[in-house]
Amino acid sequence: MLNKTERQKEQILRMSGVNPLKCMRCGKCSGTCPSYDEMEYHPHQFVYMVETGDIESLRNSDSIYKCLSCFACVDRCPRGVEPAKIVEALRLTVIREKDANHLTANQIPALLDDEIPQQALMSAMRKYSK
Amino acid sequence: MKVSYFPGCTLRTKAKDLDFYARKCAEILGVELCEIKDWQCCGASFISAKDEVASKLSSVRALVAAREEGQPLVTVCSACHNVIKQTNHAMQTDEEFASKANLYMSQDKEPAAPYNGETEVYHYLEMLRDTVGFDKIKEAVKNPLTGKKIAAYYGCMLLRPGKVMNFDDPENPSIMENFIRALGAEPVVYPARNECCGSYVVLEDAESAKKKSNSVSESAVNHGAEMIVTACPLCKYNLEKNGSSVPVVYFTELLAIALGVKEDTDAE
Repeated sequence: MLNKTERQKEQILRMSGVNPLKCMRCGKCSGTCPSYDEMEYHPHQFVYMVETGDIESLRNSDSIYKCLSCFACVDRCPRGVEPAKIVEALRLTVIREKDANHLTANQIPALLDDEIPQQALMSAMRKYSK
Repeated sequence: MKVSYFPGCTLRTKAKDLDFYARKCAEILGVELCEIKDWQCCGASFISAKDEVASKLSSVRALVAAREEGQPLVTVCSACHNVIKQTNHAMQTDEEFASKANLYMSQDKEPAAPYNGETEVYHYLEMLRDTVGFDKIKEAVKNPLTGKKIAAYYGCMLLRPGKVMNFDDPENPSIMENFIRALGAEPVVYPARNECCGSYVVLEDAESAKKKSNSVSESAVNHGAEMIVTACPLCKYNLEKNGSSVPVVYFTELLAIALGVKEDTDAE
């Protein structure tokens, strides 16, 4: 029987398809991440912390909402680790819980201006809400 | 030649010029864009998690519609292109995902045969390069943009993930620069041309998006750009909102100007 941390880790790895053991901790993912400055935990830490089972810290951090899904870390990783897929899986396991949406439809009107494209709203709702 | 066409939500609203001039120019270049009937928004972001199925069905439906017509599927918006191409790749390579998606699809009123990624997906720029050919575009140009220094802004979604998008070399792309050359202008190559504009995070953290957008537009301007060209409504919005000092235009507008159809028509 898996304990809670082991269950969480197994879920993240299954959803993301990532094998964190491929990572050699070169830090190229964090070096290329455009959101590095806004993050408490950085892409290479996501990989390492999932590997070592420190998943609660990541779940409770705003860093999961700072990823732009630009896939720079995915394409530039020398070993094909794909850190963005770990961030996505973590964020989904959080927002899929009851009342855990990060952005709700009620908040949207206050965030709009006349020019913002529908694409921004669709993306944000898909990333931040279930 | 006829192709299936998926415009997408933003091209019907805030990005009408992107759509309008895509259609106009296709006519001139001998391509008939056949809009898919009853298309649904692609969702604008591909969710990479393997267990996320229902949110990808609108893309699968568009792919099936194109297959039924025996046509490739063409998109103009970077986001639609990214979502639909990644969904197609998942249908081809992830058996469990494909079987779940096909189970959902089998509940449709008139279900099509199971789909396994048969449709070819092209961005409009790929269609210009591979089907029409930049040489033919060069011949069709009526108002060459001679002397104009134009920076191609790829952003993320046309290029990445590179092995799935298979659009161009994700680190050293050339398709948009060759497009700009075909129109008679001079492409400006600059370091941030394939970096992110800040994307949807503009809603969550506008300051974060501002930093990214400014680093892109400043990089272009510092290398001599007089104009930035993009295929993405959200890139355009982020760059403009954050004060790009040069105009940001859709590549289809640029094409329309060069082909001589922009002055005569109005998208509004």
